[in-house]
Amino acid sequence: MTERAIISDVDLARPLVRHSMRIIRGAVFAGLLVAGAGPMLWLFKAATSDTQDTLRAPFSLWPSGVSWDNLIGAWPRLDMGVYLWNTVVMAAGSWASTLFVCVTGAYVLSVLRPRWGGVLSALVLATLFIPSVVSLVPLYLTVLDLPVTGGSLQNTWLAVWLPAAANAFNVIVIKRFFDALPKELFEAARADGAGPVRMLVSIVLPLSRPILGVVSLLTVVASWKEFLWPLLVLPEPTMQPLSVALPRVAQTSEISLLMAALFIAVLIPVALFLAFQKQFLRGVGLAGGIKG
Amino acid sequence: MIRPSPARWPRRVDPGAALLALPLVLVFLYFSWGPIVRGLVMSFQQTNFVSGSTWVGWENFTYVLGDPLLPTAIGNTLWYGLLCLVFGFPLPVFLAVVISELRRRKGLYSALAYLPVVFPPVVAILLWKVFYDPSADGLFNTVLGWAGIDPLPWLNTGTTAMPALVLEATWANAGTNVIIYLAALTGVRTELYEAAELDGAGIWRRIWHVTLPQIRGITVVLILLQIIGTAQVFTEPFLFTGGGPDNATMTILLMVYNYAFINGDYGAATALSLMLAVVLCVFAGIYQLATRKLGRDS
Repeated sequence: MTERAIISDVDLARPLVRHSMRIIRGAVFAGLLVAGAGPMLWLFKAATSDTQDTLRAPFSLWPSGVSWDNLIGAWPRLDMGVYLWNTVVMAAGSWASTLFVCVTGAYVLSVLRPRWGGVLSALVLATLFIPSVVSLVPLYLTVLDLPVTGGSLQNTWLAVWLPAAANAFNVIVIKRFFDALPKELFEAARADGAGPVRMLVSIVLPLSRPILGVVSLLTVVASWKEFLWPLLVLPEPTMQPLSVALPRVAQTSEISLLMAALFIAVLIPVALFLAFQKQFLRGVGLAGGIKG
Repeated sequence: MIRPSPARWPRRVDPGAALLALPLVLVFLYFSWGPIVRGLVMSFQQTNFVSGSTWVGWENFTYVLGDPLLPTAIGNTLWYGLLCLVFGFPLPVFLAVVISELRRRKGLYSALAYLPVVFPPVVAILLWKVFYDPSADGLFNTVLGWAGIDPLPWLNTGTTAMPALVLEATWANAGTNVIIYLAALTGVRTELYEAAELDGAGIWRRIWHVTLPQIRGITVVLILLQIIGTAQVFTEPFLFTGGGPDNATMTILLMVYNYAFINGDYGAATALSLMLAVVLCVFAGIYQLATRKLGRDS
């Protein structure tokens, strides 16, 4: 049986329906190609063209020839290596802290279920409903001068890594996955005398690879996209990630070099997406499930 | 046979649970719950790094409400939100319905639709700034030229700047909703369409009576989330125009940023944040009531 949706095989036998569908399909494909792949391809063209070609003839293909100099020159002249490395450090640390905090938290809430689990769960869930604008300024002041312990996290990686871990969405997605794991496994492990940590490491984590993969990808790309927060807490230029450094660099750089820098900045997230499309799209579907 | 709920873990492992929950509790305490409470407190204080904080009652709120820029910022934010809804709502529904009708290559279409979402916003905005080059040679103006339309000034005039931001934002965000609608549409049961077809319902009536009712719930949620998101727009106006030209793209979040990080007036910044959050929470409340009513009616 062919899978059908609104339009059935009987409908497709009618020439009017068949031709309309073909036209709509073609138009949508062309539109998606222009909007989806177009900017990336154009950016590649601009990254390998000189400034005048990009500004005077945006649709001509390399009228004065291909120049790879921009893609090479952007590294030393715009310090791309430093910013790219900072972005990688920021994303990797956010990934590690998010996974550690959210996995241990979700494990307690879903599997260990202590008496106070319900309250903690509700408190975590509640943060999803509070608009993030409320905590922007106080969060900044918290990082500048930590309550109780004292000290400042400004211009340290922890200022980005730790707030990234306080992510209710990830806790809930992972908790829901843990909720669906077969309870008999935990009972058997408990009967064999396994403690909570042992059970997390040798039963829960190996079974949770799919969800951990999805959360990892979403976390890394979200960190790559981050702008306002690192702008506030990493004023030191040598620590800034690409997203914070690029607008500053853009004010003085030549267009051709800037286009090369933008191309370098977008390459890794796009490559990650192309390599792991299924996981990405599944993650977004999950988000829809939580929101619904 | 009576047995305890298998999901329950005996109480005696509580110390282990407490230790494992510690990272979550600490991180949320410091970076989520703490700042939320502190935001409430700070909106009634004058915060000064040298002399500490003093209570000032409603002074921050009256100051913000008296700021002549506030009506402009509210108007601009509403205008931005409305334009985003007008452009951004129908497009993903349409794309998701078309993609769900494809018999093959659904993956390719979905991937193309989602690709702009993985662009870091800063990269996208700096790229689109070049697209919006106001000269006749600019990329978008060249396209307009093909259709015989005069070049537009895009980001350089008050009337065109906001729609230009919305165009970029719609391009950048539509992919997420396409994928969410698509997931909801694949949940529509094939039998429903077959039954409708046997009853003689044409294609349009199947879309109207079977497809759209099935995605009504998720549509309400996505519209609400979009309203909450667009009310807090920051990166686009900040990087495209800095709130200009002549405050035409000054939004509420831009005002919060300027209060806090340009003027150093944390009291005014938190007061304005709090007022915006309360309004958005009211939206969330209305939504809760609406969905409950929908649930009772059906």
